[in-house]
Amino acid sequence: MPEWLIDILITLTKIVIVEGVILTAVAYSVYAERRVSAFTQNRIGPNRVGPAGLLQPLVDVVKLLMKEDIVPAKANRLVHALAPGISILVALSTFAVIPFGDKILLAGREIKLQIADVNIGILYILALVSLGVYGVTLSGWSSNSKYSLLGGLRSSAQMISYELSMGLAVLGVILINGSFELDTIVQNQFGWKWNIILQPIGFLTFLVSAFAETNRTPFDLPEAEQELVGGYHTEYSSMKFAMFFLAEYANVIVASSVITTLYLGGWQFPYLQTFGLPDMLVSILQVLAFCGKVFLMVLFFIWVRWTIPRFRYDQLMNLGWKAMLPLALANLVLTAIILTLFKT
Amino acid sequence: MIYYTILFYVFAVLAVATAFYVVFAKNVIHSAFALFGTLFAVAGLFVLLNADFIAITQIMVYVGGILVLMIFGVMLTTKIADIDIHTKNLNRIPAILFSTGITVILIFILFTTKWNIKPQVQNQETVSQIGKLMLTTYLLPFEIASIVLLVALVGSAMYARKTK
Repeated sequence: MPEWLIDILITLTKIVIVEGVILTAVAYSVYAERRVSAFTQNRIGPNRVGPAGLLQPLVDVVKLLMKEDIVPAKANRLVHALAPGISILVALSTFAVIPFGDKILLAGREIKLQIADVNIGILYILALVSLGVYGVTLSGWSSNSKYSLLGGLRSSAQMISYELSMGLAVLGVILINGSFELDTIVQNQFGWKWNIILQPIGFLTFLVSAFAETNRTPFDLPEAEQELVGGYHTEYSSMKFAMFFLAEYANVIVASSVITTLYLGGWQFPYLQTFGLPDMLVSILQVLAFCGKVFLMVLFFIWVRWTIPRFRYDQLMNLGWKAMLPLALANLVLTAIILTLFKT
Repeated sequence: MIYYTILFYVFAVLAVATAFYVVFAKNVIHSAFALFGTLFAVAGLFVLLNADFIAITQIMVYVGGILVLMIFGVMLTTKIADIDIHTKNLNRIPAILFSTGITVILIFILFTTKWNIKPQVQNQETVSQIGKLMLTTYLLPFEIASIVLLVALVGSAMYARKTK
């Protein structure tokens, strides 16, 4: 087999595995959300289908696929069909640059555990995040319903506002590492040198912005049920609705992975190298460490959703522009000053 | 090399075709959509030129920022009941004169410039180089641009604040 064909096959295999794992994880994070919310509210949650309700996500997918697809009579059909696709495309393609492990040696060939190692990885993520707003805005507009439109408008304003503090928070990490490459950033967080310790304010602003970008409680104003029925996806049904649903959880997983990569050491497992384990086992443990950290972050997302009530719209905007943005700016200036003074 | 050429023509045709659609579409939202395609195709051309930073900035600023604001504006101005607002042509003759003038100038520049053709270089990190250039050689244009942006910011805050 020629060399380029092997390279393409390796990349394709990585894409299939990663996207397969994510889609499964998405289905099961819905299950996790339902179980955790039930636990929080002193209920039992889904426990009928399969052992402890574990087959519930599969049944739900089948149910959503079989449902009737209803499009409002006066909707813009093309845009209405396109919007959920944009949402899910953006959510899934962000994962292309996230390193989920170090290299592994397979049949004398070094394989990087990352789909695409681009040298502007962080910018790629920020660019895709800024595209995410299209799915929500366009679905709100094309449904031709006032609830959808209001939800779409709210969300565009919210996502544009929080993108700024997100970008500024990331700049602190970039200053410390001097690189946009996610792989380099993870390599630099060797041992306990995690960025959450070096950049606590940056981590906080990034975390809050990530909650706002994924439209999760306490920032789920775009779909506030009490005011807007269902927000931007009010007029969606069947698989199109399911795609928004999938996109929301995919976004939660992607946001958790980005936070893990940037602030929680990525696939680094402190002191793992000191045990003298075989290389293959070390690589596998690192991938598992990454998955574990992401899982804990997803649990954190769910936990916050069922603990904190929703913000009012003016509170949301005040927090974004008057608290998060100055905080992120101050963090950037502070990091720059400290690096200039103490960098050896 | 052949793939490079094919990709170049794919992006070029896409950019020009969608740009035509932006101008000739009757529905403003369709124009905005076509602009989405144009901006993406131009970003693709930048990637082919190894200018990955500019490509991503193009997507972040134009697609993720400016175009969203434009669609936002259209959504706010259209009545919810009817989704079609139409564009029409005004001042045809001055527009034709002006655009022909610009086309002639561009073609003139295209054929008179001595293009600096370099062999294709290995893809290397451009961000730090751009940063250094901006804060050394091109500091003045950079600062002027930031002042223009600041003025725009102050101006919009002026308009937006409540009158007492």
